[in-house]
Amino acid sequence: MELYHLYQNNYLVVLMFLLLGILLPIVALTAGKILRPAKPTKEKQTTYESGIEPFHQSWVQYNVRYYIFALLFVIFDVETVFLYPWAVAYDKLGIFALIEMTIFIVMLLIGLLYAWKKKVLKWM
Amino acid sequence: MIEELLYSSPSLTNTLIFFGLGASLLMMVLGFVTYAILAERKVMGFMQLRIGPNRVGGPFGLLQTVADVLKLLLKEDTIPKAADRPLFMLAPVIAFAPAFMVLAVIPFSESLRFSDIGIGLLYYIAISGISTIGVLMGGWASNNKYALLGGMRSAAQMISYEVPLVMSVIGVILLTGSLNLIQIVEAQENIAFLFVQPLAFVIFMIASVAELNRTPFDLPEAESELVAGYHVEYSGFRWAFFMLTEYVYLFAMASITTILFLGGWNPVPYLEFIPGIIWFALKFSVVVFFLIWLRATLPRMRADQLMSFGWKVLLPLALLNIFISAVIKEIWF
Repeated sequence: MELYHLYQNNYLVVLMFLLLGILLPIVALTAGKILRPAKPTKEKQTTYESGIEPFHQSWVQYNVRYYIFALLFVIFDVETVFLYPWAVAYDKLGIFALIEMTIFIVMLLIGLLYAWKKKVLKWM
Repeated sequence: MIEELLYSSPSLTNTLIFFGLGASLLMMVLGFVTYAILAERKVMGFMQLRIGPNRVGGPFGLLQTVADVLKLLLKEDTIPKAADRPLFMLAPVIAFAPAFMVLAVIPFSESLRFSDIGIGLLYYIAISGISTIGVLMGGWASNNKYALLGGMRSAAQMISYEVPLVMSVIGVILLTGSLNLIQIVEAQENIAFLFVQPLAFVIFMIASVAELNRTPFDLPEAESELVAGYHVEYSGFRWAFFMLTEYVYLFAMASITTILFLGGWNPVPYLEFIPGIIWFALKFSVVVFFLIWLRATLPRMRADQLMSFGWKVLLPLALLNIFISAVIKEIWF
């Protein structure tokens, strides 16, 4: 029961930190709203574009490479999800798990080498 | 006292006390940020043969940052007409909240700690990743070409360097057998992991500078090419929150580096009479100074160098380090 309480209390602390993290911006920005001037003009509210009149929307298509890097990130981040429990439980698993993990990582490494060869990792 | 509180059944009183403790840490962190900005300007000034701030608040400019914050508080807050208003206002909050949340698990000394969850390290990594969404959201909602470029660059950089960052700490987890930050510090009682895991330390430092968006990896806000990157349209206190986020992460990252590699509050041999919290503060300050030093020394990297360095150098090295650690563990421990 005590451990259960410890568990609950620890996450209560985390919750309080989340609350504080949200409260500070809200309080500070509300206080600022009372204090700061607000005299919007048309010129002030234009988008900045090095001094020229902004043209077109900025919500445009962007380089597809960002997407490919995101895919690579997902692959390797999922790999870490497997590596973390393995590292924590290594003492109980021993040398057999090390060999298994080697095979797992080498397989992903082949994927990285393939991406390397296909010039995915090259920017532009 | 806090130990008893943690074991008691959760109640409203507990909640209020935790809130108060969290608020006091928040005040401490705000104090740190105020003087970290001043220290950064001062140290960089001296490194570049300048004096740095020296007018407001005595000869050392001690109140310079306070004056800056007050000025920002009184500054008009402009939101561009073309911007996506709700997202534009939400972005600084989403960037800031995780930055403060990660501090909940960081143990500062044997007694000064807040939350002691078993998966502290994983929590830190998972929560700190959320800030990228705030940055990307700010860049996108501004409806500005520079801001969008900065936001996209930031997202690409964050995800590219997060992989080596999380892989480099696997060596530390392997040697400790735990994700709990307190146990990680206790495992370094005899020798700091800096000496057992030098490769992991180097990878971690490089990746953490990239995660902090600091020079030489400050491409998301490169002044000379993107004006200010993702926060170019922000002004006043909303801008201040993006800046605050950066410095709170500096605090968090320096703390986590101290804990993972420099032995946390463990004293140097023969100097055990100095309390743990002072050791923590000393090691922490060294890390912060090192990060400022880097900023004053190195030029910015190119975008293509940045990506290929992360994927082609750091990631294979981090994977190699996992094997070296496993073999070391098999032989010695």
